[in-house]
Amino acid sequence: MGRPPVRQGGALRLVSPGNDGAAFATQGLTKTYGAGPAAVHALRGVDLEVPAGEMVVLLGPSGSGKSTLLNILGGLDRATAGSARFRGAELTTMSDAALTRYRRHHVGFVFQFYNLMPSLTARENVELVTEIADDPLDAAEALALVGLESRLDHFPAQLSGGEQQRVAIARAVAKRPEVLFCDEPTGALDSTTGRAVLRVLQDVNRETGATVMIVTHAAATAAMAHRVIHFADGRIREVAVNAEPAPAEAIEW
Amino acid sequence: MVSPLDAKLGRDLWRMKGQALAIAVVVALGVLMLVMMDGLVNSLTETRDAYYERYRLAEVFAPLKRAPDRVLDYLRAIPGVAAAEGRVTGGALIDLPGLAVPARAEAISLPAHGPPRLNAVHLARGRLLDPTRPDEILLLEGFATAHGLEPGDRIAATMNGARRDFRIAGLVEAPEFLFSAPPGELMPDDSRFAVIWVNHSALAAAYDMDGAFNEALLSLTRGAETRAVLRAADRILEPYGGLGAYGLEDQVSNRFITEEIAGLVVTSHVVPPVFLAVAAFLLNIVVSRMIRAEREQIGLLKAFGYASFEVGLHYFKFIMAIAVGGAVLGCLFGVIGGRSLATVYQIYYKFPFLVFRVDPAAFVTGVAASVLAAAAGGLLVLRGVFTLTPAVAMRAAAPADYSRSAAMGGILRTLLDQPSRMVLRRIAREPLRTLLAVMGIAAGMAISVAMVNVTAAFDITVERNFTLVDRSDVTLAFIEPLPDRVIHDLRRIAGVIEVEPFRSVPAVLRNGPRSYRGGISGLVAEPRLNRAVGADLAPLPIREDGVLLGSALAELLGVAPGDRLEIEVREGRRPVIEVTVAGVAETLIGSPAYMRIEALNRALKEPGRVSGAWLRIDAAQSGEIFRRLRGMPAVAGVTVATEARAALEKVMDSGAGAVRYLMTAIAAVITFGIVYNSARIAFAERARDLASLRAIGFTRAEAAFVLLGELAVIILLALPIGAVLGYFMGEAVSAGFSTDLYRVPALFVPEGYGAAGAAVILAGAVSGWLVKRDVDRLDLVATLKARE
Repeated sequence: MGRPPVRQGGALRLVSPGNDGAAFATQGLTKTYGAGPAAVHALRGVDLEVPAGEMVVLLGPSGSGKSTLLNILGGLDRATAGSARFRGAELTTMSDAALTRYRRHHVGFVFQFYNLMPSLTARENVELVTEIADDPLDAAEALALVGLESRLDHFPAQLSGGEQQRVAIARAVAKRPEVLFCDEPTGALDSTTGRAVLRVLQDVNRETGATVMIVTHAAATAAMAHRVIHFADGRIREVAVNAEPAPAEAIEW
Repeated sequence: MVSPLDAKLGRDLWRMKGQALAIAVVVALGVLMLVMMDGLVNSLTETRDAYYERYRLAEVFAPLKRAPDRVLDYLRAIPGVAAAEGRVTGGALIDLPGLAVPARAEAISLPAHGPPRLNAVHLARGRLLDPTRPDEILLLEGFATAHGLEPGDRIAATMNGARRDFRIAGLVEAPEFLFSAPPGELMPDDSRFAVIWVNHSALAAAYDMDGAFNEALLSLTRGAETRAVLRAADRILEPYGGLGAYGLEDQVSNRFITEEIAGLVVTSHVVPPVFLAVAAFLLNIVVSRMIRAEREQIGLLKAFGYASFEVGLHYFKFIMAIAVGGAVLGCLFGVIGGRSLATVYQIYYKFPFLVFRVDPAAFVTGVAASVLAAAAGGLLVLRGVFTLTPAVAMRAAAPADYSRSAAMGGILRTLLDQPSRMVLRRIAREPLRTLLAVMGIAAGMAISVAMVNVTAAFDITVERNFTLVDRSDVTLAFIEPLPDRVIHDLRRIAGVIEVEPFRSVPAVLRNGPRSYRGGISGLVAEPRLNRAVGADLAPLPIREDGVLLGSALAELLGVAPGDRLEIEVREGRRPVIEVTVAGVAETLIGSPAYMRIEALNRALKEPGRVSGAWLRIDAAQSGEIFRRLRGMPAVAGVTVATEARAALEKVMDSGAGAVRYLMTAIAAVITFGIVYNSARIAFAERARDLASLRAIGFTRAEAAFVLLGELAVIILLALPIGAVLGYFMGEAVSAGFSTDLYRVPALFVPEGYGAAGAAVILAGAVSGWLVKRDVDRLDLVATLKARE
């Protein structure tokens, strides 16, 4: 399976098509919650470029701003100041409807607590997304990608935590997103299951060419990334580029 | 020293004050309704009884032609009679400048010295009669108010053909005239009927009753047998033209107010329990939802070493604080509401005072129902939480298991998209809960349907009566039956289009042990102005060979066409006749019995007599016609149809009828409450799912569909059920309001269903819009991070 075609126009009009290969570019990105002396500065001016097709891991202690950055790049939250572009399109000034279209057609999410619909089966949870996407994978195919071809008609209550997270990944990749955001995807899982989930994410990155951004506490995860961004105190402390990412199985937990 | 758990209780209540208050208010509304209606009904009954007792209302009334005062001693000797008093009464006409036709009045004598032993009056304004002034009267306050008359004013009254001038000494109320209807009419009307009290000597002179009386009043000893006393009084008064003694239960005013209270009792028995049940249902679901949200804290408390019982007690206190708080609030406002409502009725029923009383059972029922509903809601969920180990309880709840609803997959897969499936699976997963929500909304709608139906039925009763039954413009009543040539005289009056005579006599109708004090109306063979109609509302001819009974009367007497009926006429020669029931007519107002006028006159041996006539007139010439009628000394009263109709509409819209509006309003509030709460709770339970949907790219509208689709399905299910329930509830309330005075038909009124259904849908739309705003405002990041 090749890299999905870059969509021009259509669901999201791109201001200047990214021909420099960068999926995301931010400048002076700032996020402040509250005001006055009680204000919390979650992001204090972040400048960052994420090349398309990379697997990126964001590391840092709690409250360092990594989830906030992910939420802003994913169109779930708005910046207080600064600029964040997705393939040239400015996210910070987008209307709510445009952000919804952005989430709908361009990005996939994987959350710590899976966030599956309990009333839908594994297949139906994936179909929830494929029904509204432009050029989706077949739901069964997406589930096969995460190794759940035999659990298609199971409800979330009948699946283990790892299986639920894999359904969530299948749901996220089924729309052939250009970017996959994962916020602590292994946070609720044991090490074996966690490793299997990371493996799936790595496969998705390789096989679909989607940019994958993972927020995690687990420093060991860094070994499998192309690029590791270290956060501290609302700022990027260091960006490390990994020439030879390790396979997920090799990660020490 | 407050224990930490109790401190937590206080803070939790404070934290959830909005929700806690919302639940408490719902409970309070249910309890309020119960306490208020109970207080109203009890107070009216008690006040009526106390009023009767304080003003010594007679228990037996015995009208007659004329008897010397000594006959009272015979009446006093009847076993069971405590006191007997004679008085003089007579018909009068009061002419006031503003009236098109003179108002009818009843004049009643008052003893010269001291208050009467029976049937005293309550002085509202002015002073009592001066025994030395024959030209003074006391006037019934209702009539005075209607015409702006004050003590000191002078009015003219025609008594026994002679015109006299009187000065109003005071305005009074009397327990025997709480409702006063002109003779021959059923509906009370303050403005067209007056009662005046005159010094005995003056009135006796006016009606040639010196040393005599024409109405005896009796009070009874405790435990006396009323029927035996009535029989004995009839025997004694027979030689003096007794017109038949009757008990208090047949006295017009008392019967009217008793029926009014009975109507309120039916409403208070049918409606508040539904409100209370609905409140209990809401309380139950909200409480279970709150406890479920506390799952983690419960696990934590247990992990600290608190026993299940202690934790249970803590949450039980929490629930009870809300339920009892709401119930107490309901009792408080119920008493306040009941008292204000009773005050309104006090004025309407003209009670000079009010005895307010709520049956303690109402408080107990209200509080117990709230506590039980809350306890049931809380305990069920608590039990589920207690069976978990602390560790499991502290972990996020596992996804709800929908595998049982997988069976619906086949058809769904081909027909529905995923969001629709989510809606249907959720409904199917908790059928009981869905059913309760459906029933709650249906119950609220049913009350609206019932009340709208009953209101429409009242209107239809009035409408039909004045378009199908009584189509005359004017009703004339003569002082005494006149030869029928008077009809020709009436026809000659310019502007009179049509004249139809009638003969009416008071009578007691008997079928074995069942009897009814009413009258017989003699009509022409094919009446045009005042008709009897069948069940199909087509006019019925009046047959020569029998009596046609109103349906209410036929039911009351237990007779069907073909049965024999005994009629004791209470006028003239007072014959007792036996007739066949020729048919049953649909009746709306009153309980008439019709015979052919010739047949009735034959039975009375008074051929060619008429008691009055119905007229159709040219409205443009009404002024002149009324002037002519006013000049006819034989005319006892003129009733104008438009005025009678207004009086009837007023009766149906005030008093017991008015409660309908209150009930409809509260039903609407409760229905909205259920719909809104259902939407709110659904939103609270699904905020995370909705946030997930938004995060993966669903628009606001698409996410809201998943939430509101469920509400829409529940409402769609509730509509037909509410319609059916409403029909039966309406039937029960109609039956409760129906009396032998007027019948409220149980009707299928499409507008009623439409209006109630539209109100439910509107409530759904407004709730949907309010909740949709919350969907729009969902803080995606915060909701997704939360573990539920």
